[in-house]
Amino acid sequence: MPNAEKKNRAELMDFDTALELFEPVLGFEVHVELNTKTKMFCGCANEFGSGANTNTCPTCLGLPGGLPQVNKKALESSIRLGLALGCEIAEHSRFARKNYFYPDTAKNFQTSQYDDPIAHDGSITIELESGRLVTVEIERAHMEDDAGKLTHMGGATGRIQGADYSLVDYNRGGVPLVEIVTQMIEGAEHDAPEIGKTYVAAIREIAKALGVSNARMEEGNVRCDANVSLRPRGSNVLGTRTETKNVNSLRSVERAVRYEIQRQAAVLAGGGTITQETRHWHEDTGITSAGRPKSDADDYRYFPEPDLLPMAPSREWVEELRLTLPEPPAARRKRLQAAWGFANLEFQDVVNSDLLDAVEATVAAGASAQAARKWWTGEIARLANVAGVAADSLVTPEQLAALIQLVEAGTLTDRLARQVLEGVIAGEGTPAEVVESRGLAVVSDDGALIAAIDAALLGQPDVLAKIRDGKVQAAGAVIGAVMKAMRGQADAARVRELVLERAQAIE
Amino acid sequence: MSEITAEQVAHLAYLARIDLSPLEITNLTHDLGQIVDSIAKVSEVATADTPATSHPMPLTNVFREDIVVPSLTVEQALSGAPDRAGDKFRVPAILDEE
Repeated sequence: MPNAEKKNRAELMDFDTALELFEPVLGFEVHVELNTKTKMFCGCANEFGSGANTNTCPTCLGLPGGLPQVNKKALESSIRLGLALGCEIAEHSRFARKNYFYPDTAKNFQTSQYDDPIAHDGSITIELESGRLVTVEIERAHMEDDAGKLTHMGGATGRIQGADYSLVDYNRGGVPLVEIVTQMIEGAEHDAPEIGKTYVAAIREIAKALGVSNARMEEGNVRCDANVSLRPRGSNVLGTRTETKNVNSLRSVERAVRYEIQRQAAVLAGGGTITQETRHWHEDTGITSAGRPKSDADDYRYFPEPDLLPMAPSREWVEELRLTLPEPPAARRKRLQAAWGFANLEFQDVVNSDLLDAVEATVAAGASAQAARKWWTGEIARLANVAGVAADSLVTPEQLAALIQLVEAGTLTDRLARQVLEGVIAGEGTPAEVVESRGLAVVSDDGALIAAIDAALLGQPDVLAKIRDGKVQAAGAVIGAVMKAMRGQADAARVRELVLERAQAIE
Repeated sequence: MSEITAEQVAHLAYLARIDLSPLEITNLTHDLGQIVDSIAKVSEVATADTPATSHPMPLTNVFREDIVVPSLTVEQALSGAPDRAGDKFRVPAILDEE
């Protein structure tokens, strides 16, 4: 077997056996990219998807003469995020240089915070699917700037390994980040993978609710490094930890934690030792592989950033910002589920589809909660999936509420309503306008229905005879013909009623 | 005399990517030792209630508003690059990972 392949195929111990022998200890570092208009220390646009190297200047490229200045909005967002995590906000905070050479960092140092982070000592409580509550202590949340984006060229895989050279786009270099560092999480036990996933989901949700980040993991707005170590049962000495980087989806956090527990357990049970190192997560194969040995903090030669002045956010400002905090997402979910009376599965469906805001706004616009849920997670989600867009980009909550009201008033059947929805999505106007222009309203004029029913009955005299003999199930054929003649725009129950009536009445 | 060793100086030089000759390492070990000794003298005078100074200016809270200003053009940004490919900087393969 080639060396690289041997390295990638680590022995894994069965998860349950690993948990019998060892206790996992976790820690997470989550980077949240702030959605400020400009970068952390310069006025270049903070924009995803611009042309390569179009958002750079001497400051973020680390050229001579560049002078950084703190973006006040980035500080404000960091303080609000810190407060939402229950943190203390530092009275004195400053930046530090973290020195290392890597081509995604043009300055040859990252501007970060070392001994005076903006926020420290918080906690959040997360709820697992079993209902178990886990409180995760937050050690610190500090501000720093992001690195540029590397693309590895040549070689077979586009990975670093075997690459001939790399290309750098510094647009992301200098974009503001908040790094949230947890304390060690002990007692996770079998829930360790789920705790990882649920914790990162909670951070993402909080950042989104605050509006401080776009919080899209697929665009790298929220990134997680997962620290895992194992200690033998009965020991109170911590094991050596690994830090798995580049874990950028909720499912991957869960898988990476599980993988590292299984891998480390196999190494330790086989008499080996764990190397303290960073490891890379590979989404495609679901494994981690060894990266560089973890540097000592001393090797980064942190020192206070001489080009930036210390920050001393006034207590008045911090309290003002505290008043702007939204309802905590977990509390909001509890409140909404109770108000709407959704079953757990129904509610989870809405949450997992990221449609909580959409349903809430639709209810506020006058629709019933159940109807709003059915439309958003049903027909609209289906159409969005086909179009490859987000469901809430197809229609507005107001449009949907108007459509639901037309169904509830009996103007539309569900089938007609789906056609109206298509018209609304196609930009043909409000639901009422589409009903009008496409002529889609339910025909509730009995005169028109009776004419169609009489024609259908007389067209099928054998069916008419059967109905008259009391074989009412024969009416199905006539109802079908009538619905077809009405192009579906009739209420089938009313048609059935009238068919039975007319069968006795007509000559 | 301080405990700065030649090994420490060589390690620091490696971290800073500075190529030092053995003579330079010897000289810098001596110089850095003197600097550390001098700092230690200051530490004897500075008591625990003397706050550390990280900046000579008695200023805090100097902020910038979140307003976009024009960036360099791509050509300007790349003008100092030793190598480029299209609109990106081109750098040698990175060998210390994976």
